[in-house]
Amino acid sequence: MTRTRTLRMATGAAAAVGALALSACGSGFSSPATSGSAEATGSGPISVLIGSSGEAETTAVKSAVADWSKTSGTQASVTVASDMVQQLSQGFASGKPADVFYVSTDQFAGFAANGSLEPYGDSLANKDDFYPGLAKAFSKDGKLYCAPKDFSTLSLVINTDKWTAAGLGDADIPTTWDGLSAAAKKLTDGPTTGLAFSPEIARVGAFFPQAGGSFVSEDGTKATINSPENVKALGFVKSLLTDGSAKYSSDLGAGWGGEAFGKGLSAMTIEGNWIGGALSKDYPDVKYRTVELPAGPKGKGTLQFTNCWGIATDSKNKPAAKKLVEQLTSTQSQIGFAKAFGVMPSVQSAAAEFKSEFPAQAASLAGAEYAQTLPSQPGAADVIKDLNAKLATLKSSDPKTILDAVQTEMTAVLAK
Amino acid sequence: MTMAPQLLTRRRSGIHGRQNATGWLFIAPVVIILGLFLALPVAMAAWVSVSDWTGRGSPFSGTTNFVGTENYSAILSGGGLAERDFGTALRNNFYYVILTVPLQTALSLLLAVLVNRRILKGRGFFRTAFYFPSVTSSVAITVLWLFLFSASGVVNKLLALVGVAGPNWFQDPNGVLHLLAGSLGITTPPAALAGTSFLGVSWWDWLSGPSVAMSAFILMAVFTTSGTFMLLFIAALQNLQGELQEAAMLDGATGWQRFLYVTLPMLRPTLFTVITLGLIGTWQVFDQIYTGTQGGPAKTTLTPAYLSFSTAFNNQQWGQGAAIGFLLFAIIIFFAIIQRLILRERTTVPRRKRFNPPPPQGGTK
Repeated sequence: MTRTRTLRMATGAAAAVGALALSACGSGFSSPATSGSAEATGSGPISVLIGSSGEAETTAVKSAVADWSKTSGTQASVTVASDMVQQLSQGFASGKPADVFYVSTDQFAGFAANGSLEPYGDSLANKDDFYPGLAKAFSKDGKLYCAPKDFSTLSLVINTDKWTAAGLGDADIPTTWDGLSAAAKKLTDGPTTGLAFSPEIARVGAFFPQAGGSFVSEDGTKATINSPENVKALGFVKSLLTDGSAKYSSDLGAGWGGEAFGKGLSAMTIEGNWIGGALSKDYPDVKYRTVELPAGPKGKGTLQFTNCWGIATDSKNKPAAKKLVEQLTSTQSQIGFAKAFGVMPSVQSAAAEFKSEFPAQAASLAGAEYAQTLPSQPGAADVIKDLNAKLATLKSSDPKTILDAVQTEMTAVLAK
Repeated sequence: MTMAPQLLTRRRSGIHGRQNATGWLFIAPVVIILGLFLALPVAMAAWVSVSDWTGRGSPFSGTTNFVGTENYSAILSGGGLAERDFGTALRNNFYYVILTVPLQTALSLLLAVLVNRRILKGRGFFRTAFYFPSVTSSVAITVLWLFLFSASGVVNKLLALVGVAGPNWFQDPNGVLHLLAGSLGITTPPAALAGTSFLGVSWWDWLSGPSVAMSAFILMAVFTTSGTFMLLFIAALQNLQGELQEAAMLDGATGWQRFLYVTLPMLRPTLFTVITLGLIGTWQVFDQIYTGTQGGPAKTTLTPAYLSFSTAFNNQQWGQGAAIGFLLFAIIIFFAIIQRLILRERTTVPRRKRFNPPPPQGGTK
């Protein structure tokens, strides 16, 4: 039944590529060596490919691009991808990619390494306005490849009804690990677990910087995953899981922390800014507040997630594409996006306005000061996937054994 | 008289010549389509699997280099993550195949025999009902399965009725055999099994059995495919002559003996088809994984087909992705040959299966 389908998968994208090569009579591929010729002329319409979180984001991006199109006189169209990675890969292989598109941190390394991404970032007018941490996530060999689109940080989300019902007050808002552990214990009651989060390093890893740990060294050349600090952090998470005051959202039958939180299966969760939109849409009755994650033995720490606006090396109109990105990352556009779908602007000049506009998200923005990014070196995404797989059984495993194994993998990846 | 055969031959060859041309003309569309969509992509993938193509531009352009067996050795002996992932995927898929194929074959045969009975009322209804899952999209069934087997889903509610606390199916990475060993008190692996490994996966982990999550997929595969194979068996059963059954009855064979010694041997060609299709289909499982779990929890539903996809598209390791595809191809061929050897037609009947002394040599088969 699945024979033909899977055979195609087994032969990879080559099938699509091969068909294209023949049907386009040789023009389907433009080899990287010759693709630069169109750059100088810089004409033609701009196509934008986005992986949208929903209707609100699609509409906002479409109208922003349409506005730019009107003022610049260059035609531009927005397409929403159903499978972003696959569509991008096909575009790059055929030599006819979208001009401007979203790139996630875990895809960035691969696309930058094979030359699909135009390293245009350093020539942007608003280059210095981006948060340095975000710009670093999209830099390779000292070059800023693409402009950070927006970002989110993890914070602690608290169900206020359950909070007061457990007899907790403002003074009990956890600012330390002990405080978090105590609050989670108090909030655990019958079907409600104190704290729930997804079984992945993108949540659990927020405790690493709080203990003073990191994933890779400052210059990104050495793996630091099995540092004593990280072992301590993972040990703390394990202790929460084993005493029952915290649970993985998957163990509660929820797809992610936000779902467990919205359904009232947990009184607290660790999630990013996107939880606001999800809660108001699916669980509008849940009352909650968002606070900074508690500080660990070495101070505050959290993780941030971001995308960038990639421009294809094979784009036929790179000058226009760059102008479009400049427009989309401008302070005003980003405030517009923040209002439309709840992301945080990637430029520092928008911070003040964002804070006054969204006081409830102050905690998330505060996290930008000290947030770490998951490693984005080539191959690191695979190691993170493996770490996630190991975290699924954290309750019955030794934190040090897990981190030692992942350290070996990360070292191998960084050595390449 | 001497002229006639020559004339005949010449004319015949002339006809054949034209027939050849016409024949080629008629099959040209198929040859072109197969060449374009099958032979060429396979050849390209073969090249990609021995090249360092990065996924940008043509794999035949000057920037792509031949790297020999580098991609294959990274998967088979690299000692890194790629090797371990491939080993894990093989382990998962092996248990999937070894459980799904016999179960679906036995179930489909049973269903076929049941709905083929003349006394059964409403045979048409049952045939349609059993065949229904096969014509439903695998994506739709996977989504249905995710709901049925969720932590608070219907399956667990039913289990709760009989006092069993059901597992959190699609989130449970524990191997079934490991759980079994755990219930016997073996929780830490014996040093002999934990210390040695094959393809980066320790022997203890090879012996884990399918994870609980994979078991749910196995149930789903049996549920969806047995209808298709039931159809094949029904067709074969309807081709069997009633006389043989009558003869066996006269010989005093019981119903079970008639099935085992008369019906089943005559179904051998169909059995071969069903098992071959089953082996190929199960080794290539992709849709369900892509829609359902994406390889999780803890990589226990990772399969080579899905690994090939994610290695190529998500990690931009196109060479390794293509190499996994070809290794999967080799595995399928290997198992098909083994299966062919086991099921091959024997010219003599083993002594224990004989009702009567063997017929004299040269007798009809």
